[in-house]
Amino acid sequence: MISLHNVLMLSGVLFSLSVAGIFLNRKNVILLLMCIELMLLAVNFNFVAFSRQLGDLHGQIFVFFILTVAAAESAIGLAILVVLFRQRKSINVEQLDTMKG
Amino acid sequence: MSFTEILFYVFSAVLVVSALGVITARNPVYSALWLVFAFFNSAIIWMLLEAEFLAIILILVYVGAVMVLFLFVVMMLDIKVEELRAGFTRYAWLGLPIALLVIGEIGSVVWVKSQDDKALGLSSVASPAAYAADYSNTKALGQLLYTEYLYPLQLAASILLIAIVAAIVLTMRKRSGQKVQDIGAQISVKAKDRVRIVKVAAVQPETGNTVEGQS
Repeated sequence: MISLHNVLMLSGVLFSLSVAGIFLNRKNVILLLMCIELMLLAVNFNFVAFSRQLGDLHGQIFVFFILTVAAAESAIGLAILVVLFRQRKSINVEQLDTMKG
Repeated sequence: MSFTEILFYVFSAVLVVSALGVITARNPVYSALWLVFAFFNSAIIWMLLEAEFLAIILILVYVGAVMVLFLFVVMMLDIKVEELRAGFTRYAWLGLPIALLVIGEIGSVVWVKSQDDKALGLSSVASPAAYAADYSNTKALGQLLYTEYLYPLQLAASILLIAIVAAIVLTMRKRSGQKVQDIGAQISVKAKDRVRIVKVAAVQPETGNTVEGQS
């Protein structure tokens, strides 16, 4: 059967790839949202792996709620993105400097 | 190495490749499609980890709803890809070492230590036996979800409702020249605003010539 450290290593690789993706695609808001989805997937891998290892279903319930919240988050994020594009005609992060941040 | 392990390694390799595709694809549409592929592979690995319900949910909710939403938005917006790709590797010197550092740290905890000291390492932890053939993951999850986690479930449902309302409110806009009802004005209208009864003195026709003149 699949051993625990293999799954943990896979989720670590996935998480760090999405961190690198945030560094690489720092201008494109859509790509940033996708990298966040990938990070959440990596976290869910840990929950599923430990849930199976410990024989405890509470971890899978956690994954269920994480999926719910991530779906809500991406829906609202994309709605904000659409409004932003309507206002600025661009989704470049570098041009979002209205608040002088 | 068992057949399950071989399957796990194959699908993990494909998953890592598709994650690389997400972060390096030239076009956001390709990134979204690579992400769909990554979700499919994750669902297969979750099936191997005996989380069948979550694997199906991942495909139905993520591939079927969230990624379709992503693709809609990517295709709806008129994005200038070249402008967003400019300076793509500018922070690669920072991002790639950080990624390698994270991989190295997690690997040192998970992998190397388990090789050094068999008594303490994670690889000495025995994998649990597979569930019986008549074990239903969905049934067990449902029994937990509708008893112990009933209130969190209701909370999650209301979070989804709030997300729906927020997305609609954010993207709704008033168009000019749109024909809409003003309900208040319709209700508060009085009969005398609409109908005016005028007494007009009847006019007698002088002769029968008018009918012929019209025809």
